[in-house]
Amino acid sequence: MANHDIHLTVRRGSVHALCGENGAGKSTLMKILYGMQKPDEGTITLDGEQVTLHTPGDAIARGIGMVHQHFMLADNLTVLENVVLGAEKLHGIGGKARAKIKEISDAYGLGVRPDALVEDLGVADRQRVEILKVLYRGARTLILDEPTAVLVPQEVDALFDNLRELKAEGLTVIFISHKLGEVLSVADDITVIRRGTTVGTAVPSETTPKQLAELMVGSELPSPETRESTVTDTPMLTVEDLKLSATDPDGVVRAVLDGISLTIHKGEVLGIAGVEGNGQAELVEAIMGMRDPDAGTVTLDGTDISHAPTRKRREDGIGYIPEDRHRHGLLLEAPLWENRILGHVTEKPNSKKGFLDPKAARADTERIVREYDVRTPGIEVTAASLSGGNQQKLIVGREMSHLPKLLIAAHPTRGVDVGAQAQIWDQIREARHEGLAVLLISADLDELIGLSDNLRVMFRGRLVADADPATITPEELGSAMTGAATGHLEHVEADDQEQDQEQEGGDKA
Amino acid sequence: MNALKKLDKNKLILAVAAPVLAIVAALVVTSIIIVATGKDPIHAYQVMVDFGSKADSQVWIINKATPYYLSALAVAIGFRMNLFNIGVDGQYRIAAFFAAVVGGALTLPGIIQIPVIIIVAMIVGAIWAGIAGLLKTTRGVSEVISTIMLNAIGAAVIAYFLQDGRLAEKEGNLIHTPYLPDSAHFFEIATATKPIYGFVLIAALAGLVYWFVLNRSRFGFDLRTVGQSESAAQASGVNVKRMVVTSMLLSGAMAGLVGMPTLLGVSYNYGTDFPAGIGFTGIAIALLGRNHPIGMALGALFWSFLDRTGTQLEFEGYAQEMVGVIQGVIVLCVVIAYEIVRRYGLKAQQRKVGEELAAQARKSDKAEVSA
Repeated sequence: MANHDIHLTVRRGSVHALCGENGAGKSTLMKILYGMQKPDEGTITLDGEQVTLHTPGDAIARGIGMVHQHFMLADNLTVLENVVLGAEKLHGIGGKARAKIKEISDAYGLGVRPDALVEDLGVADRQRVEILKVLYRGARTLILDEPTAVLVPQEVDALFDNLRELKAEGLTVIFISHKLGEVLSVADDITVIRRGTTVGTAVPSETTPKQLAELMVGSELPSPETRESTVTDTPMLTVEDLKLSATDPDGVVRAVLDGISLTIHKGEVLGIAGVEGNGQAELVEAIMGMRDPDAGTVTLDGTDISHAPTRKRREDGIGYIPEDRHRHGLLLEAPLWENRILGHVTEKPNSKKGFLDPKAARADTERIVREYDVRTPGIEVTAASLSGGNQQKLIVGREMSHLPKLLIAAHPTRGVDVGAQAQIWDQIREARHEGLAVLLISADLDELIGLSDNLRVMFRGRLVADADPATITPEELGSAMTGAATGHLEHVEADDQEQDQEQEGGDKA
Repeated sequence: MNALKKLDKNKLILAVAAPVLAIVAALVVTSIIIVATGKDPIHAYQVMVDFGSKADSQVWIINKATPYYLSALAVAIGFRMNLFNIGVDGQYRIAAFFAAVVGGALTLPGIIQIPVIIIVAMIVGAIWAGIAGLLKTTRGVSEVISTIMLNAIGAAVIAYFLQDGRLAEKEGNLIHTPYLPDSAHFFEIATATKPIYGFVLIAALAGLVYWFVLNRSRFGFDLRTVGQSESAAQASGVNVKRMVVTSMLLSGAMAGLVGMPTLLGVSYNYGTDFPAGIGFTGIAIALLGRNHPIGMALGALFWSFLDRTGTQLEFEGYAQEMVGVIQGVIVLCVVIAYEIVRRYGLKAQQRKVGEELAAQARKSDKAEVSA
């Protein structure tokens, strides 16, 4: 049972935030509201009328629209084509549709250009196209699933402005998020879900992020802050002038990594900030040996590994928490204990002299499940049957079990609930204390600032700026991520105050 | 622990459910077809069971199942790796041909002669399949296309060399490679009726090696990893390209064995009448047996049983093609049934895990409240 005893009342013309741990049942609830899943019992009432939603089609017909976390757009089509796709009957596919799109875009300040190709749009613009798509189909109630996960702070602010516009026009927005600060700044009402049931509601003006988080996890709020510095002088990973080019779909060879140089010392966490798609994934793949660099060197603990195979690097002590755990970190249809072997098949306790040791691997999986609090009924279940947070805990446990010298953590807490997040942060901190070097890549700027000893900003394949996490604010980092600022980022007090005021102003409106 | 055992039991039930479901569905469909031709299906099945259980039929079935099984193993190596080696047919034929040529040209003691023939067959099979592997990794050619093409090329190569004065000789109407010397005859297992090929033991051994390498070795783990997720395999440190070539080589080497029971046990030469098409049968059996060594053994025996009893149906006035229909329907049913059962199994497990965690959570909630 994913959900039970859910009570949720959303006022028309309001932004209602739904927060809760991952695996708490938010997604299931949303699927029910959008007609993708049928509830066993209970009722849904819309505008005073009891409704039964069998398919998303029913939901759309009743004015419920959903903006998914992963955009559902065809890259090679224009905005107009994407919007009318599947809704050709509404306003045709020509002038009338274009006029309608313009009208919606202007009414809610979305600023969408109907003839732009989707592949040329940035993440924030794509999201606005998704919203427009839903509005075009006549939605009066919008469900947004973690809309801010992929945005930088400035874009989040712009999105919130859009949401306020929608609200002002009498539309209802249901907003799902883990990010408590955002929830408090944009929502009119908040409902918290824990372990599949609604545990409470909160009024944003009377609630602090801490209280909200405690409501979510049912215990103390974790923080990503590292306490004392453990950085040493011994370089663990040195990357010098790394260059990598790739052929994009149009056949143009483009530099995806250009002159990257960085050093991570023992006991240091180096955070890389950047909007996704600026070369972070390629950097990780070059260090992991999944891509062969065109030029430059990678040195791990004094050994040149620039062109070493991935397996050798793993054996030499690189731990890897991949960005996309389903694609790179797990065998979804294999049992947990086989997933524990993945990536470390040549190491103890998984194998002896070329042969697997299933007994030892199973026993060690039991240990990881216990020590890393992976919630599962057993180690024979497939990885696919665990929730995202528990899958991630298994991966972290696996990588940490081989005592890495360098940990590459790409979005280590993405899609992970607050409780698991705190655990993962603790584990990284603990290992760092023992001399682990960490390359941290994250879209969560609070996490980056809180966990890192040093910060670098990546933009279009280059490291364009660096910053001291002790003083920098997410906003300042955000502007460097869009390429607006380069070099060493200094924290500016006055600017910060202005930001605060703006924030307050927004809250009152 | 209890829950775990239950999960395992469910897994077992699901594993058996698919083939049973497939065979039942296939029986229903064939019965309808037999009825449509105006005959009695029940009687047909009786004939098949009666005839199939005779002693000489049993020997025939085992002998025929041996190459089927080896062929299924060759296909299954590819399947486990997510490669579709349709070329087992060409691989075993060209392998058997050159093995026959080499074997016919040498006269050595059996203990050397037989291994030489087998090794030549495995190497030729591996090379033929390896071409497809190389094409895939270097040029991105789908192995499905290249192995099909290589079947045709293999047939042409054999046709070229299998001529009087080239590598073959004429005997009456037949053209075949020179006979293997007596020392190259594989031993037989005598029974009350006809003997069983000794090569059945090699086939069983091959099944055992297949199971052990895939499930108990690092290499096998890497291979299965690539089969399940290429991206995860690459991130885990497997050289995916090399694995593609290696597994094609292994698949081809296994395919090389397919012709051996016939070459070393019956024909002692490769002629125009050398059995063809076993490579395709192997695909069906690998599907039927879910790439499992025991499942495929049962599948091979079942297929052979159908082959055997099909001939008898003709005497009883049924169309002999009926067995072909049954086999075809079974393959279709198997593919569908496995997919249904697989999806159902995954969903059931997810639901089960969710339920158990929710139950645990409620328990701990209560504990917190009472504390």
